[in-house]
Amino acid sequence: MLRLKKFIYPYWKNILFAVIMVVVVAAADLSLPDLLSQIINVGIQQRGIESPLPDAISANTMRSLSLLQSPQDHEQLLAFYDLVEPGSPQAGDQAGKIPALTREAVYVLQPVDEAQKAELESLISKPLIFIQALRLLQNDPEQAKTLLGENFPAQTLSLPKDRDLSELLAAMPEAQKTAMLSAAEKHLSALEGSILQQLTIAAITGEYEQLGIDTQQTQTRYILKTGSRMLLVAFIALLASLTVSFFASKTAAGIGRDVRSAIFNKVENFSQAEFEKFSTASLITRTTNDVSQVQMVVFMLIRMAIQAPLIGTLGIIYALQKSPGMWWTIALVVISLMVVIITVFSLALPKFKIIQELIDRLNLVMRENLSGMLVVRAFNKQRYEESRFDQASLDVTENQIFIGRAMAFIFPLMNIVMFGGQVLIIWIGAGFVARSAIQVGDLIAFMQYSMQIFFSFMMLSMLFIFIPRAGVSGGRIADVLETPFSILDPSQPKPLPENRRGLVEFHDVDFRYPDAEKDVLHDISFTAEPGQTTAIIGSTGSGKSTLVNLLPRFFDVTKGKITLDGVDIRELTQHDLRDQIGYAPQRGLLFSGTVESNLRVGAPNASEEEMRQAVTSAQAADFVFDEGDGLAMEIAQGGSNVSGGQKQRLSIARALIKKPPVFIFDDTFSALDFKTDAALRKELSQKLGNSTVLVVTQRVSTAKNSDQILVLDNGRLVGKGSHSDLMRSCQTYQEIASSQLSEEELA
Amino acid sequence: MSFHQQPRSNSMKNQSAQNNNPRPVRRGGGPVALMPGEKAKDFKTSMLLLIRYMGRHKWAILGAMLVAAASTVFSIFGPRTLGQATTELYRGVVRIIQNDPLGIDFATLNQILLRTLFLYLISALLGLIQGFLLTGISARITYQLRKELSEKINRLPLSFFDKVTQGEVLSRVTNDVDTINATLNQSLSQIITSVTRVIGVLIMMVSINWLMTLIGLAMVPISMIFIRIVVKKSQGYYRQQQEFLGHINGHVEEMYGGHLVLKAFNGEKASVTRFEELNNTLYTSAWRSQFLTAIIMPSMRLLSNLGYVAVAMLGGYLVTRGRLNIGEIQAFIQYLRSFQDPLMNIANITNILQQTAAASERVFEFLSEPEEPKEADHPKQLAEVRGEVEFRHVRFGYDPAEPIIHDFSIKVEPGQQIAIVGPTGAGKTTLVKLLMRFYDIDSGEILIDGVNIRDLTRSDLREKFAMVLQDTWLFKGTIRENIRYGREDATDEEVEQAADMAYADHFTRTLPGGYEMVLNEDASNVSAGQKQLLTIARAVLANPAILILDEATSSVDTRTEVLIQKAMDKLMKGRTTFVIAHRLSTIRNANRILVLKDGDIVEQGSHEELLAANGFYADLYHSQFAAARGTEASQA
Repeated sequence: MLRLKKFIYPYWKNILFAVIMVVVVAAADLSLPDLLSQIINVGIQQRGIESPLPDAISANTMRSLSLLQSPQDHEQLLAFYDLVEPGSPQAGDQAGKIPALTREAVYVLQPVDEAQKAELESLISKPLIFIQALRLLQNDPEQAKTLLGENFPAQTLSLPKDRDLSELLAAMPEAQKTAMLSAAEKHLSALEGSILQQLTIAAITGEYEQLGIDTQQTQTRYILKTGSRMLLVAFIALLASLTVSFFASKTAAGIGRDVRSAIFNKVENFSQAEFEKFSTASLITRTTNDVSQVQMVVFMLIRMAIQAPLIGTLGIIYALQKSPGMWWTIALVVISLMVVIITVFSLALPKFKIIQELIDRLNLVMRENLSGMLVVRAFNKQRYEESRFDQASLDVTENQIFIGRAMAFIFPLMNIVMFGGQVLIIWIGAGFVARSAIQVGDLIAFMQYSMQIFFSFMMLSMLFIFIPRAGVSGGRIADVLETPFSILDPSQPKPLPENRRGLVEFHDVDFRYPDAEKDVLHDISFTAEPGQTTAIIGSTGSGKSTLVNLLPRFFDVTKGKITLDGVDIRELTQHDLRDQIGYAPQRGLLFSGTVESNLRVGAPNASEEEMRQAVTSAQAADFVFDEGDGLAMEIAQGGSNVSGGQKQRLSIARALIKKPPVFIFDDTFSALDFKTDAALRKELSQKLGNSTVLVVTQRVSTAKNSDQILVLDNGRLVGKGSHSDLMRSCQTYQEIASSQLSEEELA
Repeated sequence: MSFHQQPRSNSMKNQSAQNNNPRPVRRGGGPVALMPGEKAKDFKTSMLLLIRYMGRHKWAILGAMLVAAASTVFSIFGPRTLGQATTELYRGVVRIIQNDPLGIDFATLNQILLRTLFLYLISALLGLIQGFLLTGISARITYQLRKELSEKINRLPLSFFDKVTQGEVLSRVTNDVDTINATLNQSLSQIITSVTRVIGVLIMMVSINWLMTLIGLAMVPISMIFIRIVVKKSQGYYRQQQEFLGHINGHVEEMYGGHLVLKAFNGEKASVTRFEELNNTLYTSAWRSQFLTAIIMPSMRLLSNLGYVAVAMLGGYLVTRGRLNIGEIQAFIQYLRSFQDPLMNIANITNILQQTAAASERVFEFLSEPEEPKEADHPKQLAEVRGEVEFRHVRFGYDPAEPIIHDFSIKVEPGQQIAIVGPTGAGKTTLVKLLMRFYDIDSGEILIDGVNIRDLTRSDLREKFAMVLQDTWLFKGTIRENIRYGREDATDEEVEQAADMAYADHFTRTLPGGYEMVLNEDASNVSAGQKQLLTIARAVLANPAILILDEATSSVDTRTEVLIQKAMDKLMKGRTTFVIAHRLSTIRNANRILVLKDGDIVEQGSHEELLAANGFYADLYHSQFAAARGTEASQA
């Protein structure tokens, strides 16, 4: 993938933006459990009271506080509270919130910062709890017993119901008060942290009730407030996530498009040597499937590669904030998950690899059975084929069962890890809760974080399955893009000579494939004159096609040179050179479209009359005009709707219409029946009067009437001359001729 | 949580292997199927057929379904008991606040936790059993289906394959069977667990609090409508994307395949222009489709979060009123979250079932295609075959309404050679196909040694023939295996002797591995001519009384061609032979020439007779050698 990095650069802005939005999504996702734990902790447990520092204290309670606190502490406390008298303008403002203000004076908290708040909390919490406890004892000794427990220090005090608590405290002997206070201090100090806070909140709630504040409403308001924050966060998460998808899909599709275009442009300029190096099928896969593969992974990477580790890390951080002591539970869950995934996949992966081969094998056997149906039945081999198929099918089945069962393990196991983890967290968490080290709401949040961490690790392991695959595709693409061209235009091309006749000369030409040990063509020299036909004959593998492929520079010669009208073809641009050549390939390659569109490949501006003529000359009139729809006749991809011979005739027409000085017919007559072959050759000899014609053929009958015949054997030119010359002098030619022509014809 | 959807393991991976596949597997990967589904013509019948086909596995599948449902039920109780644990914990905290010496009741808590763990363990175990069972059963049913399909193929008359392409048949054996497999293996249990889960979770939610359930579920119809809209929209883009991907792949294939021509005609620029055009359209539809698909999940999450918030708010309120426990909120939220995935699965059920019905419809349709006519009740035996062949007033047409052979009669004496000539596509192989009873004639009779071929079993009849066709069919296997195809009980020596007779021994020994060399898929590691020699060796080994040869040897190099002709000549000696002739010498030496044109036998007789008749044959003959004559004349 890294080798394709230059395709990523143009999209850095998109990617950066998507990444920022991914961070937003992760943060939003992670803050939801926190908000939920706030609803549970503050909204439910603390009745919506966020801070253990009362916003308002009745004058009576303040008096009681003054009696229970040291004078300095009380001084400090009073400095932050304003005494609001009923009937004052301030009281009017606050009366809505504090109904008691209509009848009595109330101390109202001034705005304070966090540090001051913490200090005040520590000053006020214990005395306030104590006051509330005493009040409870005073008013309902029975309930106090159940709520505060049997051994609460002030249990034995006699507190008459009808007397004001501050008066009672004031009247209390100093020694008794001190003893009681120290006992209370001891009792409360035993309860540290969150429980103390809960008690303070309970005390504040009691105080608020005294002041006539609607605590129910406070709670509802808090829940609504936090709820709407959750909604807001959820909306932000959605928007951010849509933005990510938007940029990720644009980037992925864009990179896909750019890579596809780059590889197509590259391949279009490949010469035959590069095509043979990669094979056509492989180049097609690289341009299509591999690019899609890369495109998909880019999309996944942008969305998941950052999100998963981010959520994992942030989840761990947040979870540890809730309770650092429980880190190992998460570690245990994640490690177990990894163990499950790695074990199952290492078991199944080798089978995954072979299953594709087995399925291919199954398909192959079936395809062979279908394509060879005649032979199978002719040899009575139905049972044999069935057992071959059965074996392949059994192999597939066995493997599928293995993989399916391995996969059947993975999901229940993962569920166990996940839910077992939850149980573990509550089990361990209970101990922490008992020690007041964590609140219940935070424990629930911790559980949710652990789930998010779990899922992020799952996502990561998925990425690790996908990335290597895309890596392979990326590498295959890069291989193509990094392949140097073997055939280049000269830096200062020569123009075509003024007088273009089409004289082709080979001067001591050698050709060998890159990295091959032996020459395919060796020491070839000949001249093909304008107005003459040169036939090239020889057995398969003798190098006939290679020889004519050198002329349009599908390959470059290894040694020697080829000239066109005296100019070395390597000094011309490929474009100019090929403009001089009309080429009809071995397999009459046609493109999808119509007859007309195929002819226009040869001559983009040909008139209808010219096209008709070309078709007629190529002996294609019968099926194009008589049986087909004329020039508008549809041609399917690969010309699959016309026969081999028809393809060849159309490809000849395509070469004819170009009217170039040089023609190459690379075994173009092989699929024609003899009658058509003869008619076509007759027609060509009239039409191509002044052109240089090179004809590759296997048939002696085709070569026979040429002006010059080149006989190739194993890449060497073993004979050159007319039919009758060669019949006398060239043994290879004689062998070929005798195998094809009857005695009578040879004579 | 989204654990309950397993990946469709083998739905997509076949595609790369079958490029001649007209109908790729249509299965969506995620919870929402993006590919528009296809429908069975007769849903009910197809499904009934499938169920009937399962036979004895039916009950096992039913059992597995029950296990799946039970596994789901156990897992549904999980969050609830886990919630109870939280509640117990909360109670403990209250007790601590109240200074109750009991504090957190660890005994009760542990009991609850153990119960939870037990529930999950049972659920996982049942899930495992279900997966195990279904994998085995579905694989066995799939295997059985494939087996029956492969056997069916061999019982179908050849005429069936004139109507149906290879790709289509292949697609039934692979894609359709895979679809059925995936449904049995995964979709079916997914459906069951989804339905169970939805019902169970619903019951749980209502039992916790009906008001919260109502509010939580208010999001469901909204989600459904939303998904519908988005899916519909993205389906359009998806289809467009697939279409343009198809166009671009087509263009690439074509341009790379025709690279030489393209370069020869300086067509690169036009090709690139066209490519860029397609590529840009693809880009637009690709990102739109991808974006719209990617919208679904986050939007669903928002909707689920809305439910979550509403539940948290309402739940918090209810807890303060003492009408709900903290643990119940927690459980409820878990339930709400686990509600969405199965709901989406259920929304997809019709799609999956339709695909399955369509697949099984095609499979069962194929299995019920009429087979070759039955063999004769009391088949006659041909012990020693002399090789006398007679056609009596044979009438035949691939479509009986349009006979192409009207009234054909010929008597061939043992050892005679019959040449069949005619232009390409004239139906020269039709006669061969009738003779070997690949097709049954409409009227008249064909006799071998005086016995009507209908009175013989097909295998007995075909045993008397060997054929060497131009389309050299070899399979992926060793050279030895391929030759032995002619006669299975042949010894290694006999195989090699046959190869030697067919001039295939020499080149085989020069190949890496010799007779053990494995021919690759399209046997492209030996040349076309060598392939032909191997098929001749195969025929030699079969040692038949009657021989069918196709002389066409295009794209064979001249030297091998000589060998092939020599081998064929050797093979023909002493046997009744039907030659699809291309060589003049064969034609002239033949005892009888049958001239075919447009599938019909237009003339028959010896070379001289036919020339004298001055008909189609004479025309053909003269045209072929006119050029040769012309040259001779000019050179003379």
